[in-house]
Amino acid sequence: MFPELNNLLNTTPDKAEQGTLTLLCDSKTDGSFLVHHFLSFYLKANCKVCFVALIQSFSHYNIVGQKLGVNLTMARERGQLVFLEGLKSAVDVFFRAQEKPHPLQFLREANAGNLKPLFEFVREALKPVDSGEAGWTYPVLLVDDLSVLLSLGLGAVAVLDFIHYCRVTVCWELKGNIVVLVHDSGDVEDEENDILLNGLSHQSHLILRAEGLATGFCRDVHGQLRILWRRPSQSTSQRDQSLTYQYKIQDRSVSFFAKGMSPAVL
Amino acid sequence: MLDSLLALGGLGTEVGRKDRDGLSIRHSVEWEGRSLLKALVKKSALCGEQVHILGCEVSEEEFREGFDSQINNRLVYHDFFRDPLNWSKTGEALPGGPLGALRAMCKRTDLGPVTIALDSLSWLLLHLPCTTLCQTLHAVSHQDSCPGDGSPVGKVHVLGLLHEELHGPGPMGALSSLAQTEVTLGGTVGQASARILCRRPRQRPTDQTQWFSILPDFSLDLQEGPSIESQARTRKCSLGSGKRGENKSCGGWG
Repeated sequence: MFPELNNLLNTTPDKAEQGTLTLLCDSKTDGSFLVHHFLSFYLKANCKVCFVALIQSFSHYNIVGQKLGVNLTMARERGQLVFLEGLKSAVDVFFRAQEKPHPLQFLREANAGNLKPLFEFVREALKPVDSGEAGWTYPVLLVDDLSVLLSLGLGAVAVLDFIHYCRVTVCWELKGNIVVLVHDSGDVEDEENDILLNGLSHQSHLILRAEGLATGFCRDVHGQLRILWRRPSQSTSQRDQSLTYQYKIQDRSVSFFAKGMSPAVL
Repeated sequence: MLDSLLALGGLGTEVGRKDRDGLSIRHSVEWEGRSLLKALVKKSALCGEQVHILGCEVSEEEFREGFDSQINNRLVYHDFFRDPLNWSKTGEALPGGPLGALRAMCKRTDLGPVTIALDSLSWLLLHLPCTTLCQTLHAVSHQDSCPGDGSPVGKVHVLGLLHEELHGPGPMGALSSLAQTEVTLGGTVGQASARILCRRPRQRPTDQTQWFSILPDFSLDLQEGPSIESQARTRKCSLGSGKRGENKSCGGWG
């Protein structure tokens, strides 16, 4: 995890808020560093993590994770990490007989319906186990990323329904957290992605939006990060707070600074 | 103007006249409106009305949070948060879903005033055809349990929460045509405002803006305008502080 990002979010692995939905969004840049941050954050917080990884292979996340101080292989072996490798398991949907619906069963269906099998997979992965298992603090669902589900033929409402049921189970029943990544392509004609992004924004307690610089590529500033805290049901005396920082991604860390305050230009 | 919206009990109480009032709260990611919805719900309950909540987006506990027992006792929460699509198949899901619950409200037999809060209209609009939803809302708002005999009928107030970024101009326009009052939330740094567009039969439409805040007990605090502190923060942001530190967003989100 990135300590500077923890400082900005005013959180640490041992005092993180529970029952929240965090939305990661990237526009004209790659926001996957945020996914790696939260994956390592929650593993270090001793959480039971279910990671629905639809974009990269297990080894990719493991290599990056080791730079951030976590070993995904060991986490999976001791039962702390349940990893759905979308790239590999999608093949199983077509070429292996399944006794019960595969989490990505919608790939086989002519009319992509819903993500109920994927939700049941998540629920099964994160359900509390009474005995014989180390005491994990709370469950966490991580999804990288939801936009690819739209590309695979699902509608935005189906994805929103999936996240709704995950919120009910993970956030409300089990008092755990959810972190999802959605891309913002900026395409005004991509209505489905806009519905997904805006729909999730209204449900989120924390929104992290990584954006490319308007001026283009810069060697010392890789983008800017907007942070929006939301309290969807609270009184306005607890007003939502918004901060913006620029950042630079390094090999094992990310540094954050105020706009125009990059160490390279000072 | 916003305070008069809260005095829903004072809107059209002539005996024998069908009283109905539809109000939509259009909010955005940055300027959330559920707290205003709860403030209106609280006011209705304090006026002695029974309040039905169609809860699709937050849990019952979360919605009731902040209300005292006097308010909570008048709230009937129809829980469509836990299993809105009947995925659990345990039989616990309410039959007919949210649409069935709305239609059941059209057939109510008690004559007392009632407020129906839809949390949210956006959820319903995403899951139901727009025409079906509009027809049902029209039927709910125009229910008449004693046709033609001149006896008093219960007032029906329908409050709906709309996420304005989610829907196109067609559905938004259709819902606007059903609502007598539209409240669009916005604001400046740290200060919320409500633009209130009110259309009443045989009256000229009114369009006013009211600055406000919602207190922790969901009472409404009306204000004259942005506070001096928030105006100063707005000027400071636009000029730039020149110091190393955080940058606060002064404009809209996204």
